[in-house]
Amino acid sequence: MLSEEKLIMTSSPHIKTEDDTRSIMLDVIIALTFPLIMAICFFGWRSLTLTLTAVASCIAFEWLYRYFMKKPSSIGDLSAVVTGMLIAFNLPVTTPMWIPVVGSFFAIVIVKQLYGGLGKNFMNPALGARAFLLSWPALISLWVKAKPLADSSFPLLKSISREALSPDVIAAATPLAKMKQGFLPSTPMPSVDGDIVSTLRDMAVGNIAGCIGEVSAIVLIAAGIYLIVRKVITPHIPLAYISTVAVLTYLFPRGGNDPLQWMLFSLTSGGLMLGAVFMATDYVTSPVSKTGRIIYGIGCGLLTVLIRYFGAYPEGVSFAILIMNVCVWAIEKISRPGRFGVKRFKKAGDTK
Amino acid sequence: MPLSFRGGVHPDDKKADTRKKAIEVLPAPGQVVLPVSMHIGAPAAPVVSVGEHVKMGQVVAETAGAVSARVHATVSGTVTAIEPRPHPNGTNVMSIVIENDYNDELFEGIKPVDRFHSIDAQELADIAEAAGIVGLGGAMFPTHVKISSSVGKVDTLIINGAECEPYITSDNRQMLECGEEIINGVTLLMKALKLDTAYIAIESNKRSAIEKIRRLIAKKDGLKLKVLRTKYPQGAEKQLIKSVCGREVPPGGLPSAVGVLNINVGTVIALSRAVETGMPLLTKVVTVSGSAVANPKNLLARIGTPLRELFSAAGGFKDNPYKVLMGGPMMGISQYSLDVPVIKGTNAILAFCEKEDAYSEQQVCIRCGKCVGACPMNLMPVYLHMYGNRGMLDECEKLNVTDCIECGCCSYICPGRLHLVQSFKNTKQRLAALKKKKGAR
Repeated sequence: MLSEEKLIMTSSPHIKTEDDTRSIMLDVIIALTFPLIMAICFFGWRSLTLTLTAVASCIAFEWLYRYFMKKPSSIGDLSAVVTGMLIAFNLPVTTPMWIPVVGSFFAIVIVKQLYGGLGKNFMNPALGARAFLLSWPALISLWVKAKPLADSSFPLLKSISREALSPDVIAAATPLAKMKQGFLPSTPMPSVDGDIVSTLRDMAVGNIAGCIGEVSAIVLIAAGIYLIVRKVITPHIPLAYISTVAVLTYLFPRGGNDPLQWMLFSLTSGGLMLGAVFMATDYVTSPVSKTGRIIYGIGCGLLTVLIRYFGAYPEGVSFAILIMNVCVWAIEKISRPGRFGVKRFKKAGDTK
Repeated sequence: MPLSFRGGVHPDDKKADTRKKAIEVLPAPGQVVLPVSMHIGAPAAPVVSVGEHVKMGQVVAETAGAVSARVHATVSGTVTAIEPRPHPNGTNVMSIVIENDYNDELFEGIKPVDRFHSIDAQELADIAEAAGIVGLGGAMFPTHVKISSSVGKVDTLIINGAECEPYITSDNRQMLECGEEIINGVTLLMKALKLDTAYIAIESNKRSAIEKIRRLIAKKDGLKLKVLRTKYPQGAEKQLIKSVCGREVPPGGLPSAVGVLNINVGTVIALSRAVETGMPLLTKVVTVSGSAVANPKNLLARIGTPLRELFSAAGGFKDNPYKVLMGGPMMGISQYSLDVPVIKGTNAILAFCEKEDAYSEQQVCIRCGKCVGACPMNLMPVYLHMYGNRGMLDECEKLNVTDCIECGCCSYICPGRLHLVQSFKNTKQRLAALKKKKGAR
């Protein structure tokens, strides 16, 4: 059988790696389930309903926008799922359920699709949504610390008010809020209402008040290692980001605290690990070259510390990353890989 | 730690189907088609006419210009046509068609070189030119030009046995079966060019070839084995030189600019044979493989044999071929006809079933930067693609699109399935056309 009637002609290469956008996003989703599990452990099943609400609304808005704009559907690339999970992860468990819906609309329609969809947006959709949702500060800043596995503490869908918190839940200041005033989270502050003491171990495991996806530093680091091993991300951005924060906080501890303690609490508090692993590494809004990624990571770290130290808001991670997002174009210009073949070489026996 | 370069990709090497298949001699076909362009440079000029009887090894087309190469009759018989015929590059090229008389009558002028041990560079170049030898790794650059332009400029000889393209095992088999001739050829080149050092570079996945060469060079001075990391495009000239001796060939430059002469193992064998026996380049070792091929194997075919004959000898197709390639899957050229002939640069012909095809209609760049990490020439494919698609040729030139070696790593690794290298080929052509137009003014 030697027929050649239907031979197809294409330009090389004729083979491709099996990894495509969908499989990469699936890997990110797998990595995001690590902190999701911790969120359920620490804040109960409401963390899951918040996450599912955000994911469902992201998928719905993406599908609706593409449908009405007569564009091919893009929900199959799973990027909307990632955005949804990240939006929820940046909210406290007490957030009303309509908040992630509004956030998803802003992230998917305004930040992403209006600019042309996946790959075209210039800032991270989930972080854009978080900044937008800060328009309702009172609704997304009821911080609580729940007893681990207190899964009956929160209603799955109904709104939560401070007064109606069950007795095994404490409305608490986040470790970051204490650090803003120059105190280590491990220092008791009896004068402050709702003060809780968080040891370094609490910080690392995630037994603290905070957004549902950001609390467990150890699990987030594990998720980062998973992404690096799976070659979804390169280590440049997270390492540059975290090291910059580590160096700066060690050199300039606040409130006369021990530099090492201050550094370790700084690294494990707030959204730093979530931001460094999942937000700053967002492909679309970060540089493409190694050098660019290092510059970008250092920038994120520098701005995070500056905002935490001098800003009005205790947390600096999301604003730092958003600011660096819009600097990417400039970073790309100065971080091109060196041209091949312009280095000088030495011939054998060359004396010059 | 095997030697390497920056970037590259790791496709499944798929060499297991033919790695252990010894080279089989394919009987000469009833008719050979010999294009006058089986090399880079000016097409050779036919020196025979229709109806003429030619002998095996006789020159049928003569070198025409400084960079050009001879074509020899690969069978004895009668010239039946001199006309444009389909060429593996996709166009029709003037070709000399010879009807085989099956006598394999050898041309009288073929005789070994006498002063074997004192050949100088010019003599070696002349022998290569007379034998019609070109770079057999696929680039098909005339070897005599390479040798004569290296005199006095080169301090290092690299023999390329990397064979980094998936599926292909023809160089591997030649290293195993013709190792002595490789050593012989290398020694000739070293003496002619007065070189002290030569490296034979082989990718780490060819263990038996590495062992074979290691044994053969054990007592030879100046001959060194370099084991390279298995990574595509390890066998690309610039990447090979970088891996072996850390030198970077400058943009637009030749290996001689960094003191290197780089020759493929098959070419060295051809050179050694031309000196020892006087035989011009008449045959080529070709890997026949791919998912549609019933019995993949390595064949020694006369140059000019239609692809159809090679596929038949490999048991024909077990499944309808969807795509047929000359060369490997990363840089090979797809073919529309099985009548095109084996040419000097043919190292493999592959036939694939439909499911292997990686073509995708939906293309979305997610800016993951994997193309930037994979580019062995330090380019930024993501931006070249963006500017190229918008016709911003100046920007592409600023980002050195002309440095692209078209290895295909970027397209291979792209999760958004963008046709990256395809678009750069286009951009380079448009840039070249623009330059020509400007020059004409």
